[in-house]
Amino acid sequence: MIIGNGISGTTVARHIRKRSTYKITIISSETDYFFSRTALMYIYMGHMKYEHTKPYEDGFWKKNKIDLVRDHVERVSTQSKSLILQSGKTVIYDILIIASGSTSNKFGWPGQELQGVQGLYSYQDLEKMEQGTKGISRAVVVGGGLIGIEMAEMLVSRKIPVSMLVREREFWSNVLPLQEANLISRHIRSHHVDLKLETELKEIQPEESGQVKAVVTSSGEVITCQFVGLTVGVSPNIDFLKNSGIATKRGVLVNEFLETNLPDVYALGDCVERTYTLPGRRNIEQVWYTGRMMGEVLAQTICGDRTKYEPGPWFNSAKFFDIEYQTYGNVRNELADNESDFYWEHQSGIKSIHLVWDKISNQFLGINSFGIRLRHECFDRWLREKRSILFILDHLAEANFDPEFFPRHESEIMKSFGLKFPQLEFNSGLV
Amino acid sequence: MRAIKLFGLLVFIIGFTLFNVVFFLASYRLTPEAINAKISDTSKRELFLSASSDIQQQEFTSSFSFVSELKKLFEQINQEQLSNYGITQEEILDLVARGGKQFSLASVDSLYLGGDEVSEFKKKAWKDYGSWLEGRAFQSSQELQVQLQGVVTNINQYGIINKVGFDRYQVKDLIYSLTKASARGPVSSNPILFLFLTLGLCIAGAVVYILPKLSLSPGIKNDGVFFSVMKNTGWLGIFTGTWLIVFYIVLYFYPEYMTNWVALVDPVSRILNGNEAGRFFLYGFIYTLCIIVMGVRMIIHYRHSKYQVLRTCSVMFFQTAFAFLIPEILIRLNKPYFDFKNIWPLDYSFFFDSRWNELISGGTLGIFMLGWGIALILIGVPVLVYFFGKRWYCSWVCGCGGLAETLGDPYRQLSNKTIKAWKVERWMIHSVLVFAVVMTAGVIYTYWTGASWFLFFDSYKLREVYGAFIGAGFAGVVGTGFYPLMGNRVWCRFGCPLAAYLGLVQRFKSRFRITTNGGQCISCGNCSTYCEMGIDVRWYAQRGQNIVRSSCVGCGVCSSVCPRGVLNLEVKDEAGRFGKPILIGNNHIKI
Repeated sequence: MIIGNGISGTTVARHIRKRSTYKITIISSETDYFFSRTALMYIYMGHMKYEHTKPYEDGFWKKNKIDLVRDHVERVSTQSKSLILQSGKTVIYDILIIASGSTSNKFGWPGQELQGVQGLYSYQDLEKMEQGTKGISRAVVVGGGLIGIEMAEMLVSRKIPVSMLVREREFWSNVLPLQEANLISRHIRSHHVDLKLETELKEIQPEESGQVKAVVTSSGEVITCQFVGLTVGVSPNIDFLKNSGIATKRGVLVNEFLETNLPDVYALGDCVERTYTLPGRRNIEQVWYTGRMMGEVLAQTICGDRTKYEPGPWFNSAKFFDIEYQTYGNVRNELADNESDFYWEHQSGIKSIHLVWDKISNQFLGINSFGIRLRHECFDRWLREKRSILFILDHLAEANFDPEFFPRHESEIMKSFGLKFPQLEFNSGLV
Repeated sequence: MRAIKLFGLLVFIIGFTLFNVVFFLASYRLTPEAINAKISDTSKRELFLSASSDIQQQEFTSSFSFVSELKKLFEQINQEQLSNYGITQEEILDLVARGGKQFSLASVDSLYLGGDEVSEFKKKAWKDYGSWLEGRAFQSSQELQVQLQGVVTNINQYGIINKVGFDRYQVKDLIYSLTKASARGPVSSNPILFLFLTLGLCIAGAVVYILPKLSLSPGIKNDGVFFSVMKNTGWLGIFTGTWLIVFYIVLYFYPEYMTNWVALVDPVSRILNGNEAGRFFLYGFIYTLCIIVMGVRMIIHYRHSKYQVLRTCSVMFFQTAFAFLIPEILIRLNKPYFDFKNIWPLDYSFFFDSRWNELISGGTLGIFMLGWGIALILIGVPVLVYFFGKRWYCSWVCGCGGLAETLGDPYRQLSNKTIKAWKVERWMIHSVLVFAVVMTAGVIYTYWTGASWFLFFDSYKLREVYGAFIGAGFAGVVGTGFYPLMGNRVWCRFGCPLAAYLGLVQRFKSRFRITTNGGQCISCGNCSTYCEMGIDVRWYAQRGQNIVRSSCVGCGVCSSVCPRGVLNLEVKDEAGRFGKPILIGNNHIKI
């Protein structure tokens, strides 16, 4: 029995099916079928319809004997091994897998429950946003993260003027080094978004009807608007687990095997909080890839091959308006004491490469890339092999994943690196 | 920007409306000059001149009534000629009586002694159609009579109509050319002005509509595609599809009604090849314009991708130079018409006797063309597909592909991605390939042996069926007319026999594949949605498997629309092309 039909729940179900004939049921109150949450923005923007975001045809589930139930789990009773559903039904499980995802954060701002104020996470949020942004003259997005910029892009695509309140010095500079954060901030402004940096939300003011009328920022500015997007992060969606006996803190607590404190109860994806640390990774990782990789691992465990969740080097990607972003390894917003870095930016201002390595050993630690596609496979291997920064630069061309005929910048990058670090000589090899 | 776009749209609508008005904008009057110019055979011309004397006085206000009058006229002439030259029942009985149980041409000679034109004609007809009976003895005179009756049927059907009447091909051609020559009105008296008012305004309007796209930042801009009444099969899409379908039906099957349109481009045709325009000149002209104007749109739309820019320039170049200008100039130089980039079996008439005769008699250049065409089939296709994938042709060179990638680009998202559609596609396209091969084998057999019967069919009939159903119906009417209904590659995906051939090579012997980037896929679905060939690209991308599909034309749009940099068109060593699905980034995972 799997709660949640997102990438985590679906992946674990598919992989269990590949390895066993167990009866599998997925419960979700969000949609009938699995869809790609990350593609919600494209539905709003008219790039796709909801149908296009379903990775598998509807007949796939029946063909693979995976039962889908559209209902909401109200309560979990671990003593009787049953779930109490919104419809009033009770269903029994042998093994429970919790993949219930996240909910949008709200930090107790005055007016956060007004009409026209919302986050963006679920399909229902999208429907709400569709309704809430009809014919409006301005929207405000609060928060400078991935969902925030998505929401801004969505609104811009509908030609709705957007103001964006970001607490940090530059967009997403709590994650990105300043150079890249600044590059993206400029790009956001080039798309006519009114980006307000180092600005926080103070309160949201209502109309008499209960509809949002304006927001007041920390600088005291009042911005008249009819829609407010709250995109200040997400938290594990675990309210329904209260009093179930399943141990939770911020998320469902799990060990290396994604086991909870109770036998036959597992959890994965956005909703979990790991009780052990993995180098370079946070204990709650609300990322598509994490959900998927946990699903692959957990299916092995469920099918009798108890396997640890041990992801390889960190990787992620995103797209900010027109600029694609990829990262491999760890590039923190601020350098650690042992780290050295090199930043190259193309004259166009929409492409950059940021390399980080260990000062002493020259071991390559991570790369951020904007506007240039890189091969995951190369960087995954080089990070595991602990290659030196010089090796990486030497082989940068090999890792380029841009389409044919695209302009190449490796030699420019090497030259500029050579000027900045003349003491480092190019002789590839292991550290 | 919005105002400029609306203005462009308005200009386009005016041009398009005028273009449709021009269709009806003429009256028709048959003149002796027109008849003299269009009917070359002297005796047939005389016949037609006298038979049409009545309607020569009349002015017709529509092409419909004029065409139906011409049809009647040809029918009537053929009937008269049949009664003049037809072999009568008495003559058959007479011949039976003379021969008994045997037929001899001598008895024919003795029957027709008149020496007049009719008698001579009949004598010759018996020789042409009945000589195979010469000397054959039958069981009874009845049996002979039956045989002779059969010969007479053939004479009436083919001999008389061909020699002294008008057969159906001639009728079709003459109705078209006479209608065109008889049209009088503003278009025929001032074609250049009307060319500017119709196609000229369409181009100007389209360009003004397209250029403001430059004000958007470079990058994927598919905003609102699925809200569009044009791009999501709304009323405008259905209207456009219907218009295109009707246009193609008229073009291929009822060209006699569209002579005003053809007259628009007469001056252009005269400049290029020295003759007045035919319907396919008009078609080629509009086709090329569409590729150029919509090619400009494509370039602006994907200007952040050099791959797309170069590819679009390539199809624009090949259409303009190879498909349009060079063949016309060849005609001007009295050389055979030849499109150097068209390849059998897409160019299904390449092996037709008429084409071969023309090329063989075309001197060194003709022989070179023949060799070039065959080399493309046998060497060009496999070698280039091995090194580059079938995209070298389908999305860089081909005319059908060129139109699909430019005019058709706004509709690419409408292709069906289901597994069922894939199944239908495989059956259908390979059936057409088999059909094309069998048809061509029949044509070659007939060319060498002279016998029209090949295996179990008539090769003439078969090539006609292929031409009408595949060449015109599928490639034209469905192929382009269905752009706004089923996506821009309906023909290429379900029907093109050359695509099937290229695809077989691509599937089994090529260095080309679309690679996926490790574990970066987020299953968003942009790639599948914007795949014009209906390939469910995401299916492969999300499991980290190379995409090796015979149908992939390598347009590269999946890679362009991917928000995470997952897909890339690559040519490299064949080894590992059919790799196992593997998503990297996760330890301890076994497949």
